[in-house]
Amino acid sequence: MRKFSSAERPLATRRGVGRAGQYLALLCYLAFLAFPFLWLVSTAFKPPRELGSIHPTWIPRAPTLDNFRTAFDEQPLLQAAGNSLLAAAVSALVAIALATPMAYVLARRRTRFARAATGWVVVSQAFPLVLVIIPLFLVLKNLHLVDSRTGLVLVYVVWSLPFALWMLTGYVRAVPPELEEAAAVDGAGRLRILVSVTGPLLMPGIVATGLFAFITAWNEFFFALVLLKSPEKQTMPVVLTHFLGAEGVADLGPLAAAALLATLPGLVLFAVIQRRITGGMLAGAVKH
Amino acid sequence: MSRAGGGHGTWFLILPALIPILVLSVGPLLYGIGLAFTDAQSGRTQATRWVGLLNFSDLLQDTLFWDSFRVGLVWALGVTVPQFFLALGLALLLGQELRLRWLARALAIIPWAMPEVVVGIMWRLVYHPDAGVLNETLRSFGLGPDEGRDWLSGTATALLAVIVVGVWAGMPQTTVTLLAGLQNVPRELHEAAAMDGAGAWRRFRTVTWPAIKPVALAVSALNFIWNFNSFALVFVLTDGGPGGRTRLPMLFAYEEAFRYGQFGYAAAMGLAMVALIAVLLAVYLSRRLRGEDEQ
Repeated sequence: MRKFSSAERPLATRRGVGRAGQYLALLCYLAFLAFPFLWLVSTAFKPPRELGSIHPTWIPRAPTLDNFRTAFDEQPLLQAAGNSLLAAAVSALVAIALATPMAYVLARRRTRFARAATGWVVVSQAFPLVLVIIPLFLVLKNLHLVDSRTGLVLVYVVWSLPFALWMLTGYVRAVPPELEEAAAVDGAGRLRILVSVTGPLLMPGIVATGLFAFITAWNEFFFALVLLKSPEKQTMPVVLTHFLGAEGVADLGPLAAAALLATLPGLVLFAVIQRRITGGMLAGAVKH
Repeated sequence: MSRAGGGHGTWFLILPALIPILVLSVGPLLYGIGLAFTDAQSGRTQATRWVGLLNFSDLLQDTLFWDSFRVGLVWALGVTVPQFFLALGLALLLGQELRLRWLARALAIIPWAMPEVVVGIMWRLVYHPDAGVLNETLRSFGLGPDEGRDWLSGTATALLAVIVVGVWAGMPQTTVTLLAGLQNVPRELHEAAAMDGAGAWRRFRTVTWPAIKPVALAVSALNFIWNFNSFALVFVLTDGGPGGRTRLPMLFAYEEAFRYGQFGYAAAMGLAMVALIAVLLAVYLSRRLRGEDEQ
Protein backbone atom coordinates (compact mmCIF):
# COMPACT_ATOMS: atom_id res chain seq x y z
CA MET A 1 0.00 0.00 0.00
CA ARG A 2 1.14 3.47 -0.88
CA LYS A 3 1.62 6.01 1.88
CA PHE A 4 0.04 9.43 1.57
CA SER A 5 2.49 12.18 0.92
CA SER A 6 1.78 15.20 2.99
CA ALA A 7 0.09 16.95 0.08
CA GLU A 8 -2.23 14.03 -0.58
CA ARG A 9 -3.11 13.30 3.01
CA PRO A 10 -6.79 13.97 3.68
CA LEU A 11 -7.36 17.57 4.63
CA ALA A 12 -9.07 16.79 7.93
CA THR A 13 -6.11 14.80 9.27
CA ARG A 14 -3.72 17.53 8.26
CA ARG A 15 -5.86 20.07 10.08
CA GLY A 16 -5.93 17.83 13.16
CA VAL A 17 -2.16 17.46 13.14
CA GLY A 18 -1.81 21.19 12.70
CA ARG A 19 -4.12 21.87 15.63
CA ALA A 20 -2.21 19.47 17.88
CA GLY A 21 1.02 21.15 16.86
CA GLN A 22 -0.44 24.53 17.72
CA TYR A 23 -1.48 23.35 21.17
CA LEU A 24 1.92 21.82 21.77
CA ALA A 25 3.60 25.09 20.83
CA LEU A 26 1.24 27.07 23.04
CA LEU A 27 1.98 24.78 25.99
CA CYS A 28 5.73 25.30 25.47
CA TYR A 29 5.18 29.06 25.54
CA LEU A 30 3.07 28.82 28.69
CA ALA A 31 5.74 26.72 30.42
CA PHE A 32 8.51 29.12 29.41
CA LEU A 33 6.58 32.16 30.62
CA ALA A 34 5.41 30.62 33.88
CA PHE A 35 8.23 28.47 35.22
CA PRO A 36 10.62 31.14 36.59
CA PHE A 37 7.76 32.82 38.43
CA LEU A 38 6.47 29.53 39.86
CA TRP A 39 10.00 28.77 41.04
CA LEU A 40 10.19 32.14 42.76
CA VAL A 41 6.90 31.46 44.56
CA SER A 42 8.02 27.96 45.48
CA THR A 43 11.36 29.19 46.86
CA ALA A 44 9.66 31.90 48.90
CA PHE A 45 7.69 29.30 50.88
CA LYS A 46 10.45 26.74 51.43
CA PRO A 47 12.07 26.22 54.83
CA PRO A 48 15.91 26.40 54.94
CA ARG A 49 16.25 22.63 55.15
CA GLU A 50 14.49 22.13 51.82
CA LEU A 51 16.44 24.95 50.19
CA GLY A 52 19.62 23.11 51.08
CA SER A 53 18.40 19.77 49.79
CA ILE A 54 20.27 18.26 46.87
CA HIS A 55 17.06 17.60 45.00
CA PRO A 56 14.87 20.71 45.25
CA THR A 57 11.19 20.13 44.58
CA TRP A 58 8.60 22.30 42.85
CA ILE A 59 6.12 22.11 45.70
CA PRO A 60 7.50 22.80 49.19
CA ARG A 61 7.00 19.73 51.41
CA ALA A 62 6.59 21.85 54.52
CA PRO A 63 5.57 25.33 53.33
CA THR A 64 6.39 28.15 55.73
CA LEU A 65 6.00 31.89 56.10
CA ASP A 66 9.29 32.21 58.01
CA ASN A 67 11.10 33.58 54.95
CA PHE A 68 8.82 36.61 54.91
CA ARG A 69 9.46 37.26 58.58
CA THR A 70 13.24 36.88 58.12
CA ALA A 71 13.19 39.21 55.11
CA PHE A 72 11.56 41.95 57.17
CA ASP A 73 14.08 41.39 59.96
CA GLU A 74 17.12 41.49 57.68
CA GLN A 75 16.30 44.55 55.60
CA PRO A 76 14.14 47.64 56.20
CA LEU A 77 11.53 46.45 53.70
CA LEU A 78 8.63 48.38 55.17
CA GLN A 79 10.56 51.63 55.01
CA ALA A 80 11.69 50.83 51.48
CA ALA A 81 8.11 50.09 50.43
CA GLY A 82 7.04 53.40 51.96
CA ASN A 83 9.77 55.26 50.05
CA SER A 84 8.80 53.56 46.81
CA LEU A 85 5.12 54.22 47.38
CA LEU A 86 5.74 57.90 48.04
CA ALA A 87 8.04 58.42 45.06
CA ALA A 88 5.77 56.49 42.70
CA ALA A 89 2.50 58.08 43.81
CA VAL A 90 3.72 61.67 43.88
CA SER A 91 5.60 61.44 40.59
CA ALA A 92 2.63 59.78 38.85
CA LEU A 93 0.21 62.44 40.05
CA VAL A 94 2.48 65.31 39.08
CA ALA A 95 3.31 63.78 35.69
CA ILE A 96 -0.38 63.37 34.87
CA ALA A 97 -1.21 66.90 35.98
CA LEU A 98 1.56 68.32 33.77
CA ALA A 99 1.09 66.04 30.78
CA THR A 100 -2.68 66.14 30.31
CA PRO A 101 -2.92 69.80 29.15
CA MET A 102 0.03 69.44 26.80
CA ALA A 103 -1.28 66.15 25.40
CA TYR A 104 -4.52 67.95 24.67
CA VAL A 105 -2.72 70.56 22.61
CA LEU A 106 -0.58 67.98 20.81
CA ALA A 107 -3.68 65.99 19.87
CA ARG A 108 -5.82 68.88 18.74
CA ARG A 109 -3.29 70.95 16.81
CA ARG A 110 -1.11 69.93 13.97
CA THR A 111 1.62 72.51 14.30
CA ARG A 112 5.35 72.28 13.75
CA PHE A 113 5.72 72.52 17.50
CA ALA A 114 3.48 69.49 18.07
CA ARG A 115 5.52 67.49 15.59
CA ALA A 116 8.80 68.55 17.21
CA ALA A 117 7.50 67.62 20.66
CA THR A 118 6.32 64.20 19.49
CA GLY A 119 9.64 63.70 17.73
CA TRP A 120 11.49 64.49 20.94
CA VAL A 121 9.37 61.99 22.86
CA VAL A 122 10.54 59.27 20.47
CA VAL A 123 14.18 60.38 20.17
CA SER A 124 14.65 60.75 23.93
CA GLN A 125 13.98 57.03 24.27
CA ALA A 126 17.09 56.19 22.27
CA PHE A 127 19.66 57.83 24.53
CA PRO A 128 21.50 55.66 27.04
CA LEU A 129 20.64 56.72 30.58
CA VAL A 130 24.28 57.32 31.45
CA LEU A 131 24.32 60.33 29.13
CA VAL A 132 21.33 61.75 31.02
CA ILE A 133 22.22 60.80 34.58
CA ILE A 134 25.67 62.41 34.76
CA PRO A 135 24.49 65.94 33.94
CA LEU A 136 21.31 65.41 35.99
CA PHE A 137 23.45 64.34 38.91
CA LEU A 138 25.53 67.52 38.60
CA VAL A 139 22.47 69.74 38.27
CA LEU A 140 20.70 68.12 41.22
CA LYS A 141 23.88 68.33 43.28
CA ASN A 142 24.00 72.08 42.77
CA LEU A 143 20.38 72.27 43.92
CA HIS A 144 21.21 70.05 46.94
CA LEU A 145 18.78 67.46 45.61
CA VAL A 146 21.14 64.48 45.44
CA ASP A 147 20.31 61.85 48.07
CA SER A 148 16.90 63.49 48.42
CA ARG A 149 13.44 62.08 47.88
CA THR A 150 12.38 65.33 46.17
CA GLY A 151 15.20 64.98 43.66
CA LEU A 152 14.16 61.44 42.84
CA VAL A 153 10.52 62.47 42.37
CA LEU A 154 11.60 65.28 40.03
CA VAL A 155 13.59 62.84 37.92
CA TYR A 156 10.70 60.35 37.85
CA VAL A 157 8.27 63.05 36.74
CA VAL A 158 10.41 64.08 33.80
CA TRP A 159 11.23 60.50 33.00
CA SER A 160 7.56 59.44 32.81
CA LEU A 161 6.42 62.54 30.89
CA PRO A 162 7.28 61.27 27.38
CA PHE A 163 5.30 58.09 27.82
CA ALA A 164 2.40 59.88 29.53
CA LEU A 165 2.27 62.42 26.70
CA TRP A 166 2.28 59.65 24.13
CA MET A 167 -0.55 57.74 25.79
CA LEU A 168 -2.68 60.74 26.63
CA THR A 169 -2.38 62.20 23.13
CA GLY A 170 -3.91 58.98 21.86
CA TYR A 171 -6.75 59.16 24.36
CA VAL A 172 -7.51 62.79 23.50
CA ARG A 173 -7.64 61.95 19.79
CA ALA A 174 -10.26 59.33 20.59
CA VAL A 175 -12.57 62.09 21.88
CA PRO A 176 -14.32 63.56 18.81
CA PRO A 177 -13.62 67.31 18.45
CA GLU A 178 -17.24 67.69 17.30
CA LEU A 179 -18.36 67.23 20.91
CA GLU A 180 -16.25 70.22 21.95
CA GLU A 181 -17.39 72.27 19.00
CA ALA A 182 -21.03 71.60 19.87
CA ALA A 183 -20.40 72.78 23.43
CA ALA A 184 -18.67 75.89 22.08
CA VAL A 185 -21.69 76.65 19.90
CA ASP A 186 -23.80 76.42 23.05
CA GLY A 187 -21.64 79.19 24.47
CA ALA A 188 -19.42 77.24 26.85
CA GLY A 189 -15.99 78.74 27.46
CA ARG A 190 -12.82 76.85 26.63
CA LEU A 191 -11.90 75.93 30.19
CA ARG A 192 -15.48 74.86 30.87
CA ILE A 193 -15.43 72.60 27.81
CA LEU A 194 -12.23 70.96 29.01
CA VAL A 195 -13.51 70.41 32.50
CA SER A 196 -17.06 69.28 31.82
CA VAL A 197 -16.98 67.71 28.32
CA THR A 198 -13.52 66.38 27.49
CA GLY A 199 -12.32 65.71 31.03
CA PRO A 200 -14.86 63.07 32.01
CA LEU A 201 -14.39 61.23 28.71
CA LEU A 202 -10.63 61.22 29.24
CA MET A 203 -10.81 60.03 32.83
CA PRO A 204 -10.35 56.27 32.21
CA GLY A 205 -7.32 57.00 30.02
CA ILE A 206 -5.87 59.39 32.60
CA VAL A 207 -6.27 56.81 35.36
CA ALA A 208 -4.64 54.08 33.25
CA THR A 209 -1.72 56.34 32.31
CA GLY A 210 -1.27 57.41 35.93
CA LEU A 211 -1.24 53.83 37.16
CA PHE A 212 1.28 52.92 34.49
CA ALA A 213 3.52 55.81 35.56
CA PHE A 214 3.14 54.57 39.13
CA ILE A 215 4.22 51.05 38.21
CA THR A 216 7.25 52.18 36.22
CA ALA A 217 8.40 54.43 39.07
CA TRP A 218 7.77 51.66 41.63
CA ASN A 219 9.94 49.31 39.54
CA GLU A 220 12.66 51.83 38.64
CA PHE A 221 16.20 50.97 39.66
CA PHE A 222 18.94 52.95 37.90
CA PHE A 223 18.09 56.50 38.99
CA ALA A 224 17.35 55.35 42.54
CA LEU A 225 20.69 53.54 42.66
CA VAL A 226 22.64 56.58 41.55
CA LEU A 227 20.71 59.32 43.35
CA LEU A 228 19.97 57.83 46.79
CA LYS A 229 22.80 57.01 49.17
CA SER A 230 21.24 57.06 52.66
CA PRO A 231 19.83 53.61 53.51
CA GLU A 232 16.68 55.11 55.05
CA LYS A 233 15.78 56.84 51.78
CA GLN A 234 16.33 53.93 49.40
CA THR A 235 13.50 52.42 47.39
CA MET A 236 12.41 48.80 47.16
CA PRO A 237 14.46 47.65 44.12
CA VAL A 238 17.66 49.11 45.59
CA VAL A 239 17.06 47.50 48.98
CA LEU A 240 16.39 44.17 47.24
CA THR A 241 19.88 44.22 45.79
CA HIS A 242 21.28 44.35 49.35
CA PHE A 243 20.12 40.73 49.71
CA LEU A 244 22.46 39.79 46.86
CA GLY A 245 26.13 39.07 47.11
CA ALA A 246 27.51 35.98 48.72
CA GLU A 247 24.14 34.42 49.32
CA GLY A 248 24.19 31.08 51.07
CA VAL A 249 21.46 28.63 50.24
CA ALA A 250 19.57 29.54 53.41
CA ASP A 251 19.34 33.20 52.34
CA LEU A 252 17.50 32.32 49.15
CA GLY A 253 14.15 31.99 50.93
CA PRO A 254 14.05 35.53 52.34
CA LEU A 255 15.40 36.85 49.03
CA ALA A 256 12.57 35.17 47.13
CA ALA A 257 9.99 36.30 49.68
CA ALA A 258 11.08 39.95 49.46
CA ALA A 259 11.21 39.83 45.66
CA LEU A 260 7.71 38.39 45.55
CA LEU A 261 6.36 41.14 47.80
CA ALA A 262 8.00 43.84 45.68
CA THR A 263 6.26 42.44 42.61
CA LEU A 264 2.72 42.29 43.94
CA PRO A 265 1.60 45.94 43.62
CA GLY A 266 2.75 46.21 40.02
CA LEU A 267 1.24 42.87 39.13
CA VAL A 268 -2.18 43.71 40.58
CA LEU A 269 -2.33 47.20 39.07
CA PHE A 270 -1.07 46.01 35.73
CA ALA A 271 -3.73 43.32 35.56
CA VAL A 272 -6.30 46.09 36.00
CA ILE A 273 -5.01 48.37 33.25
CA GLN A 274 -3.41 45.98 30.76
CA ARG A 275 -6.05 46.25 28.04
CA ARG A 276 -6.24 50.00 28.26
CA ILE A 277 -2.46 50.41 28.12
CA THR A 278 -2.01 48.29 25.02
CA GLY A 279 -4.94 50.08 23.40
CA GLY A 280 -3.53 53.48 24.34
CA MET A 281 -0.04 52.72 23.08
CA LEU A 282 -1.48 52.01 19.66
CA ALA A 283 -3.87 54.95 19.72
CA GLY A 284 -0.89 57.22 20.40
CA ALA A 285 0.80 55.78 17.35
CA VAL A 286 -2.16 56.27 15.00
CA LYS A 287 -1.63 59.10 12.54
CA HIS A 288 -4.53 60.96 11.05
CA MET B 1 -7.96 73.21 12.50
CA SER B 2 -10.95 75.34 13.29
CA ARG B 3 -9.56 77.14 16.31
CA ALA B 4 -6.26 78.28 14.84
CA GLY B 5 -4.22 80.98 16.50
CA GLY B 6 -4.33 79.69 20.04
CA GLY B 7 -2.41 82.46 21.72
CA HIS B 8 -2.01 82.62 25.49
CA GLY B 9 -4.41 79.76 26.23
CA THR B 10 -2.31 77.25 24.34
CA TRP B 11 0.95 78.25 25.98
CA PHE B 12 -0.74 78.05 29.33
CA LEU B 13 -1.55 74.42 28.57
CA ILE B 14 1.86 73.53 27.18
CA LEU B 15 4.28 75.21 29.57
CA PRO B 16 3.68 73.06 32.69
CA ALA B 17 5.02 70.02 30.87
CA LEU B 18 7.39 71.83 28.55
CA ILE B 19 9.46 73.55 31.23
CA PRO B 20 10.38 70.38 33.15
CA ILE B 21 11.17 68.61 29.88
CA LEU B 22 13.44 71.45 28.78
CA VAL B 23 15.11 71.86 32.18
CA LEU B 24 15.50 68.23 33.18
CA SER B 25 15.61 66.34 29.89
CA VAL B 26 16.68 68.42 26.88
CA GLY B 27 19.02 70.59 28.92
CA PRO B 28 20.86 67.79 30.72
CA LEU B 29 21.19 65.86 27.50
CA LEU B 30 22.90 68.78 25.77
CA TYR B 31 24.98 69.33 28.92
CA GLY B 32 25.91 65.62 28.86
CA ILE B 33 27.01 65.85 25.23
CA GLY B 34 29.13 68.86 26.20
CA LEU B 35 30.66 66.99 29.15
CA ALA B 36 32.02 64.37 26.76
CA PHE B 37 34.50 67.03 25.56
CA THR B 38 35.68 67.98 29.06
CA ASP B 39 37.76 66.41 31.83
CA ALA B 40 34.90 66.58 34.33
CA GLN B 41 35.41 64.41 37.40
CA SER B 42 33.40 63.89 40.52
CA GLY B 43 34.49 65.73 43.66
CA ARG B 44 37.25 67.71 41.97
CA THR B 45 38.27 71.09 43.23
CA GLN B 46 39.90 72.43 40.07
CA ALA B 47 37.72 73.91 37.37
CA THR B 48 36.61 71.58 34.59
CA ARG B 49 38.41 72.23 31.31
CA TRP B 50 37.63 71.59 27.67
CA VAL B 51 39.84 68.83 26.37
CA GLY B 52 38.49 68.58 22.84
CA LEU B 53 38.54 65.05 21.48
CA LEU B 54 40.91 63.68 24.13
CA ASN B 55 38.25 61.48 25.70
CA PHE B 56 37.45 59.98 22.34
CA SER B 57 41.04 59.29 21.43
CA ASP B 58 41.41 57.62 24.86
CA LEU B 59 38.28 55.64 24.10
CA LEU B 60 39.77 54.37 20.85
CA GLN B 61 42.70 52.92 22.84
CA ASP B 62 40.50 51.47 25.57
CA THR B 63 40.28 47.78 24.71
CA LEU B 64 38.11 47.07 27.76
CA PHE B 65 35.51 49.47 26.43
CA TRP B 66 35.54 47.89 22.99
CA ASP B 67 35.17 44.48 24.62
CA SER B 68 32.11 45.74 26.42
CA PHE B 69 30.84 47.26 23.18
CA ARG B 70 31.14 43.88 21.53
CA VAL B 71 29.37 42.22 24.46
CA GLY B 72 26.63 44.84 24.16
CA LEU B 73 26.15 44.11 20.46
CA VAL B 74 26.06 40.34 20.97
CA TRP B 75 23.61 40.78 23.83
CA ALA B 76 21.36 43.23 21.95
CA LEU B 77 21.20 41.07 18.81
CA GLY B 78 21.06 37.86 20.82
CA VAL B 79 18.04 39.13 22.71
CA THR B 80 16.24 41.08 19.98
CA VAL B 81 16.29 38.50 17.19
CA PRO B 82 15.08 35.37 19.08
CA GLN B 83 12.66 37.54 21.00
CA PHE B 84 11.15 38.78 17.77
CA PHE B 85 10.63 35.32 16.30
CA LEU B 86 9.33 33.83 19.54
CA ALA B 87 6.96 36.75 19.99
CA LEU B 88 5.78 36.49 16.39
CA GLY B 89 5.07 32.79 16.88
CA LEU B 90 3.14 33.44 20.06
CA ALA B 91 1.20 36.30 18.49
CA LEU B 92 0.20 34.09 15.55
CA LEU B 93 -0.89 31.35 17.97
CA LEU B 94 -2.92 33.80 20.01
CA GLY B 95 -4.64 34.89 16.81
CA GLN B 96 -5.98 31.33 16.40
CA GLU B 97 -9.11 30.03 18.05
CA LEU B 98 -7.29 28.05 20.71
CA ARG B 99 -8.26 27.27 24.27
CA LEU B 100 -5.89 28.50 27.01
CA ARG B 101 -5.35 31.75 25.16
CA TRP B 102 -6.55 33.61 28.25
CA LEU B 103 -3.83 31.92 30.29
CA ALA B 104 -1.12 33.08 27.90
CA ARG B 105 -2.47 36.61 28.06
CA ALA B 106 -2.51 36.48 31.86
CA LEU B 107 1.02 35.07 32.10
CA ALA B 108 2.32 37.68 29.70
CA ILE B 109 1.60 40.29 32.37
CA ILE B 110 4.20 38.87 34.75
CA PRO B 111 7.45 39.79 32.97
CA TRP B 112 5.97 43.09 31.93
CA ALA B 113 4.85 44.29 35.37
CA MET B 114 7.79 42.92 37.32
CA PRO B 115 10.65 45.18 38.48
CA GLU B 116 13.76 44.34 36.46
CA VAL B 117 15.59 43.74 39.71
CA VAL B 118 13.09 41.04 40.62
CA VAL B 119 13.39 39.45 37.19
CA GLY B 120 17.12 39.24 37.81
CA ILE B 121 16.70 37.79 41.31
CA MET B 122 14.15 35.27 40.06
CA TRP B 123 16.45 33.94 37.37
CA ARG B 124 19.35 33.78 39.81
CA LEU B 125 17.17 31.36 41.72
CA VAL B 126 16.50 29.39 38.54
CA TYR B 127 20.21 29.26 37.64
CA HIS B 128 21.42 28.66 41.19
CA PRO B 129 24.06 25.87 41.10
CA ASP B 130 22.65 23.92 44.07
CA ALA B 131 19.10 25.03 44.74
CA GLY B 132 18.20 26.02 41.17
CA VAL B 133 15.49 24.34 39.16
CA LEU B 134 17.53 24.26 35.95
CA ASN B 135 20.27 21.97 37.25
CA GLU B 136 17.71 19.81 39.03
CA THR B 137 15.69 19.39 35.83
CA LEU B 138 18.78 18.54 33.82
CA ARG B 139 19.81 16.02 36.47
CA SER B 140 16.40 14.37 36.44
CA PHE B 141 16.74 13.86 32.69
CA GLY B 142 20.18 12.39 33.25
CA LEU B 143 21.82 15.37 31.56
CA GLY B 144 24.48 17.61 32.97
CA PRO B 145 26.97 16.90 35.71
CA ASP B 146 26.03 15.92 39.26
CA GLU B 147 28.09 18.80 40.50
CA GLY B 148 25.84 21.80 40.01
CA ARG B 149 26.83 23.87 37.05
CA ASP B 150 27.04 27.57 37.85
CA TRP B 151 25.47 29.08 34.74
CA LEU B 152 25.99 32.72 35.63
CA SER B 153 29.61 32.55 36.68
CA GLY B 154 30.89 30.11 34.07
CA THR B 155 32.76 31.98 31.35
CA ALA B 156 31.25 29.77 28.65
CA THR B 157 27.63 30.04 29.76
CA ALA B 158 27.22 33.46 31.39
CA LEU B 159 26.40 35.53 28.31
CA LEU B 160 23.99 32.93 26.95
CA ALA B 161 22.32 32.66 30.35
CA VAL B 162 21.69 36.41 30.62
CA ILE B 163 20.47 36.53 27.01
CA VAL B 164 17.79 33.94 27.82
CA VAL B 165 16.63 36.18 30.66
CA GLY B 166 16.54 39.18 28.33
CA VAL B 167 14.40 37.26 25.84
CA TRP B 168 12.02 36.20 28.60
CA ALA B 169 11.70 39.68 30.05
CA GLY B 170 10.85 41.48 26.81
CA MET B 171 8.76 38.88 25.03
CA PRO B 172 5.30 39.98 26.26
CA GLN B 173 5.65 43.58 25.09
CA THR B 174 6.80 42.44 21.67
CA THR B 175 4.02 39.87 21.46
CA VAL B 176 1.31 42.36 22.36
CA THR B 177 2.63 44.87 19.83
CA LEU B 178 2.74 42.26 17.07
CA LEU B 179 -0.71 41.01 18.07
CA ALA B 180 -2.01 44.53 17.57
CA GLY B 181 -0.26 44.65 14.20
CA LEU B 182 -2.02 41.43 13.24
CA GLN B 183 -5.33 43.26 13.52
CA ASN B 184 -4.34 45.02 10.30
CA VAL B 185 -4.23 41.77 8.35
CA PRO B 186 -7.13 41.77 5.90
CA ARG B 187 -9.25 38.70 6.75
CA GLU B 188 -10.86 38.41 3.32
CA LEU B 189 -7.47 38.27 1.65
CA HIS B 190 -6.46 35.46 3.98
CA GLU B 191 -9.59 33.48 3.17
CA ALA B 192 -9.24 34.12 -0.54
CA ALA B 193 -5.65 32.86 -0.44
CA ALA B 194 -6.77 29.74 1.44
CA MET B 195 -9.46 29.09 -1.19
CA ASP B 196 -6.81 29.32 -3.90
CA GLY B 197 -4.97 26.55 -2.09
CA ALA B 198 -2.15 28.60 -0.65
CA GLY B 199 -0.45 26.82 2.24
CA ALA B 200 0.07 28.35 5.66
CA TRP B 201 3.61 29.56 4.90
CA ARG B 202 2.57 31.09 1.58
CA ARG B 203 -0.37 32.84 3.18
CA PHE B 204 1.92 34.18 5.89
CA ARG B 205 4.44 35.49 3.38
CA THR B 206 2.03 37.07 0.92
CA VAL B 207 -0.79 38.28 3.19
CA THR B 208 0.22 38.46 6.85
CA TRP B 209 3.82 39.65 6.63
CA PRO B 210 3.23 42.68 4.35
CA ALA B 211 0.48 43.85 6.71
CA ILE B 212 2.54 43.61 9.89
CA LYS B 213 5.88 44.65 8.41
CA PRO B 214 5.80 48.28 9.60
CA VAL B 215 4.99 47.22 13.16
CA ALA B 216 7.61 44.47 13.02
CA LEU B 217 10.28 46.93 11.86
CA ALA B 218 9.44 49.48 14.51
CA VAL B 219 9.29 47.01 17.36
CA SER B 220 12.54 45.27 16.48
CA ALA B 221 14.39 48.57 16.08
CA LEU B 222 13.09 49.84 19.42
CA ASN B 223 13.89 46.56 21.15
CA PHE B 224 17.43 46.70 19.83
CA ILE B 225 17.93 50.21 21.22
CA TRP B 226 16.46 49.36 24.61
CA ASN B 227 18.44 46.16 24.88
CA PHE B 228 21.71 47.81 23.90
CA ASN B 229 21.11 50.45 26.59
CA SER B 230 19.84 48.09 29.28
CA PHE B 231 21.34 48.00 32.74
CA ALA B 232 19.38 46.68 35.72
CA LEU B 233 18.84 43.11 34.53
CA VAL B 234 22.47 42.27 33.97
CA PHE B 235 23.59 44.37 36.94
CA VAL B 236 21.58 42.06 39.19
CA LEU B 237 22.34 38.82 37.35
CA THR B 238 26.11 39.03 37.01
CA ASP B 239 27.22 42.65 37.55
CA GLY B 240 29.19 42.25 34.34
CA GLY B 241 31.09 39.16 35.38
CA PRO B 242 32.68 36.70 35.00
CA GLY B 243 35.73 38.62 33.86
CA GLY B 244 33.70 41.12 31.88
CA ARG B 245 31.95 38.47 29.78
CA THR B 246 28.58 40.13 30.37
CA ARG B 247 29.74 43.70 30.97
CA LEU B 248 27.31 45.71 28.84
CA PRO B 249 28.42 49.22 27.80
CA MET B 250 25.97 50.77 30.27
CA LEU B 251 27.50 48.79 33.14
CA PHE B 252 30.95 49.91 32.04
CA ALA B 253 29.94 53.55 31.78
CA TYR B 254 28.13 53.40 35.14
CA GLU B 255 31.28 52.13 36.84
CA GLU B 256 33.42 54.71 35.11
CA ALA B 257 31.11 57.52 36.22
CA PHE B 258 30.00 56.53 39.69
CA ARG B 259 32.73 54.21 40.94
CA TYR B 260 35.73 56.07 39.50
CA GLY B 261 34.11 59.49 39.11
CA GLN B 262 35.23 59.97 35.50
CA PHE B 263 32.22 61.98 34.36
CA GLY B 264 33.70 63.35 31.15
CA TYR B 265 35.02 60.00 30.00
CA ALA B 266 31.74 58.21 30.84
CA ALA B 267 29.79 60.85 28.91
CA ALA B 268 32.04 60.19 25.92
CA MET B 269 31.15 56.50 26.22
CA GLY B 270 27.46 57.38 26.23
CA LEU B 271 27.95 59.46 23.10
CA ALA B 272 29.79 56.61 21.40
CA MET B 273 26.82 54.36 22.21
CA VAL B 274 24.38 56.84 20.68
CA ALA B 275 26.53 57.13 17.57
CA LEU B 276 26.68 53.38 17.12
CA ILE B 277 22.92 53.01 17.54
CA ALA B 278 22.25 55.85 15.09
CA VAL B 279 24.50 54.31 12.42
CA LEU B 280 23.11 50.79 12.85
CA LEU B 281 19.52 52.01 12.78
CA ALA B 282 20.10 54.12 9.70
CA VAL B 283 21.57 51.13 7.88
CA TYR B 284 18.84 48.76 9.07
CA LEU B 285 15.92 51.01 8.29
CA SER B 286 17.18 52.24 4.92
CA ARG B 287 17.89 48.64 3.85
CA ARG B 288 14.45 47.52 4.91
CA LEU B 289 12.70 50.45 3.30
CA ARG B 290 14.61 49.98 0.07
CA GLY B 291 13.68 46.30 0.14
CA GLU B 292 10.08 47.41 0.36
CA ASP B 293 10.40 49.53 -2.78
CA GLU B 294 11.79 46.64 -4.76
CA GLN B 295 8.92 44.33 -3.95
